[in-house]
Amino acid sequence: MQSELPLYPEQASNFAPQVDGLVLFMIAVCAFFAVVICAAVIYFFFKYQRKHADEVGVPIHGDMRLEIAWIVLPFFLLMAMFGWGAVIYVDYRHTPNDTLDITVIGKQWMWKLQQPDGRREINELHVPVNRNVRLIMASEDVIHDFSVPAFRVKMDVVPGHYNTMWFRPTKPGKYHFFCSQYCGTNHAVMGGWVTVMEQDDYAKWLSGTTGSEDPIAVGQRLYNDLACATCHQPDGKGRGPSYNGVYGSHVKLADGSTVLMDDNYIRESILQPNAKIVAGYQPVMPSFQGQVTEDQIAALTAYIKSLKDQAPPGKPGAAESATGKK
Amino acid sequence: MSSTQQPPLSPQPVAEQQLPKEHYLNATYGIRSWLLTTDHKRIAILYLISVTFFFFVGGIFASLIRIHLLTPGGYLVTPETYNKLFTMHGVAMIFFFLIPSIPAVLGNFLIPIMVGAKDLAFPKINLLSWYIYLVGGAFVLYSFATGGLDTGWTFYTPLSSIYSNSAVTPAVIGIFINGFSSILTGLNFIITVHTMRAPGMTWFRLPLFVWAHYATSIIFILGTPVIAITLLLAGLERMFHMGFFNPAYGGDPILFQHLFWFYSHPAVYIMILPAMGVISEIIPTFARKPIFGYDFIAASSIGIAVIGFIVWAHHMFLTGQSTYSALAFSFLTFLVAVPSAVKVFNWTATLYKGSISFDTPMLYGLGFIGLFTIGGLTGLFLACLGLDIHLHDTYFVVAHFHYIMVGGAIMGYLGGIHFWWPKITGRLYPEYLARIAAITLFVGFNLTFFPQFILGYLGMPRRYHNYPPEYQVLNVMSTAGASILALGYLLPMIYLTWSMRYGKVAGKNPWPSTGLEWTTDSPPLTENFRETPVVDWEPYDFMHRPELGLLGATSKKPVPAHGDD
Repeated sequence: MQSELPLYPEQASNFAPQVDGLVLFMIAVCAFFAVVICAAVIYFFFKYQRKHADEVGVPIHGDMRLEIAWIVLPFFLLMAMFGWGAVIYVDYRHTPNDTLDITVIGKQWMWKLQQPDGRREINELHVPVNRNVRLIMASEDVIHDFSVPAFRVKMDVVPGHYNTMWFRPTKPGKYHFFCSQYCGTNHAVMGGWVTVMEQDDYAKWLSGTTGSEDPIAVGQRLYNDLACATCHQPDGKGRGPSYNGVYGSHVKLADGSTVLMDDNYIRESILQPNAKIVAGYQPVMPSFQGQVTEDQIAALTAYIKSLKDQAPPGKPGAAESATGKK
Repeated sequence: MSSTQQPPLSPQPVAEQQLPKEHYLNATYGIRSWLLTTDHKRIAILYLISVTFFFFVGGIFASLIRIHLLTPGGYLVTPETYNKLFTMHGVAMIFFFLIPSIPAVLGNFLIPIMVGAKDLAFPKINLLSWYIYLVGGAFVLYSFATGGLDTGWTFYTPLSSIYSNSAVTPAVIGIFINGFSSILTGLNFIITVHTMRAPGMTWFRLPLFVWAHYATSIIFILGTPVIAITLLLAGLERMFHMGFFNPAYGGDPILFQHLFWFYSHPAVYIMILPAMGVISEIIPTFARKPIFGYDFIAASSIGIAVIGFIVWAHHMFLTGQSTYSALAFSFLTFLVAVPSAVKVFNWTATLYKGSISFDTPMLYGLGFIGLFTIGGLTGLFLACLGLDIHLHDTYFVVAHFHYIMVGGAIMGYLGGIHFWWPKITGRLYPEYLARIAAITLFVGFNLTFFPQFILGYLGMPRRYHNYPPEYQVLNVMSTAGASILALGYLLPMIYLTWSMRYGKVAGKNPWPSTGLEWTTDSPPLTENFRETPVVDWEPYDFMHRPELGLLGATSKKPVPAHGDD
């Protein structure tokens, strides 16, 4: 472990060195200005101390050149900080394509996590080192926030839609994760450990499990139980569109706009089916708000995603082309 | 610290001086004369007592929080109680102490006198605003007493509107009501400054304290209605399950955050701008020279107020907002740093070739510059998108805003209280005790909050009633600092109260300073001035004011201390 009085957390992800580099730059610039101001104040304080009770200062009212200088110079420094920060932020937000996707569901006051093969964990997360990992996060109740200081990552987990974040662990070990958004009574204990493992160890860890059910299979069963299949037929000829070959593509809507068929669109369509109607279909689907849990939505989503490799329904044409769901 | 052979440099109480025969404190007597007063000075005193009460309520909560955090396991109180402590600390301090403190106490007392008026434009509305404050405060205290409040002062939905089991409804009603008090005060200030300035008191002769309050008042009347209605909506969702913010009812929890921060970020400037106004009065007075760059300091107050309205979503970088929106709000946030920096540079430059004394208000003034500089610069870390992800919702944020609100706003408030105490009460406080208190506060404050920057970078989240043991050393340092800080707050309470009866009589202008308020009696008449004052001097001008008695009261032309070297 670290010393009694560490000054920065361990660097265990691709973002950590970037963030620490930027913070050093910021500290340098800010410390420079803080020292200049404090030194000037202290120096003036002693240099121009009042010598006689009735003495006055030199009446200087201002200096335009100085004013311009201390408006313009800080402005450029601020823009440098903004630019550097923005570059890192865009990296945070730009998820690579080859991620290991882990479903994270927050509820008062625990985390439920699920590996791509269906293995579930509570308040524990195992990930392989040097592999891009994406967390797809939803909340059952209030706003939570998944934060791993050693990775320098953090994202709010908001009820009503998915937030995602990604990182690449670079150092095997055990690191704290916390709930960082205040969420009620036991907020402070709503955390756990991320274990970063060598890739082989991770594979062994996964295979050594008794294997929970595959989320795709769970989703397929729900799909039938909830009678989704009645309308969403694979050939697109039901009352709702087909899912075959659709996930990840842009779907044309009834109002002429398009939407990316992604996890958030699927969840919105389950909960508020009439929000975005696919072109060629009627707003007839009932809402499943309150009838499906976050886990079930995640499973349904996994199943619908798995259909993206199926051949889309044949004939070209607006209504029946490879469009969304509902 | 100061040389001992010199004669006392200032203030210079004249031994035989008497309080004026007639003044606002002895004009009438009895409880009715206070509770039904329309005198802005008496209303200011009423506010002084009420905000001090809420400061102590909030302070007790803060002390319990710091004691609880001495150990990682946190044995003092249960998690529920801890959550209530930090929530009630925030609500009491922000809505009932920090926001009204300088405007409603010092602004109320001074703005009419500074512009040369007899009272504010609407004296009865001024009294009404105090009663509204009391009613709002009563609702909030009722909430504290009957179940407490555990939502965090930010009231994020759907936690506050659905899931919390504490007394949220009376608290949001109390804050809703209290908002009208701010709105009325802001309205009164704006109209007073526009219509009631004395002959010769042009806009650019106004003290910077008045400019700062003018900017603050704009935020009061534009921003407060938004928070009032937002909390009302959260209350309606809680009481009647109307779906504004809870996704289960078709609402959007992020909408609440947009509305909340649309007010609550500018509210930060409500707290700090008046303190900047106080500092802009203190520094020229104790450096005995005109403030450097008057126009720039005045304009930067307005600039901060205006830009402050378009930075709110920097509190929401992690909610899943679009990358473009995050970039825009980060850029605007960096922009608001420019006018803040302009003020700091100008105050520092004012010291150059001054005639500087160590009086208590000046110690607060210089402490303010240092603490506000640290608070402002650490704000840049949070404005920076790449860093905010790591720092968001950690103790770094807690440290940052305490540097602004406690290091900035409360230091400014105490500096102002000390600076104008002779005007308010007619008496001086014990100077050396006051200096000791100011230094104690400065040391205690830094020891309390500086370690929290490091805690935050290490990743300790805020609002945690227990924490991993590796964070303990820094937490113990912070609690140690807080005990010094508490002592620093108790000292002024004691000696200021003492001085109301036993302090030396101050006279009209003990420092001396140049504002209109120092040309009238201490304490002033109920009507402030015997006859309407006429202003024929520029602000902060010591050179052409022989009546100040500097460098020989008879001399028409005081000689500068350091020549032109």
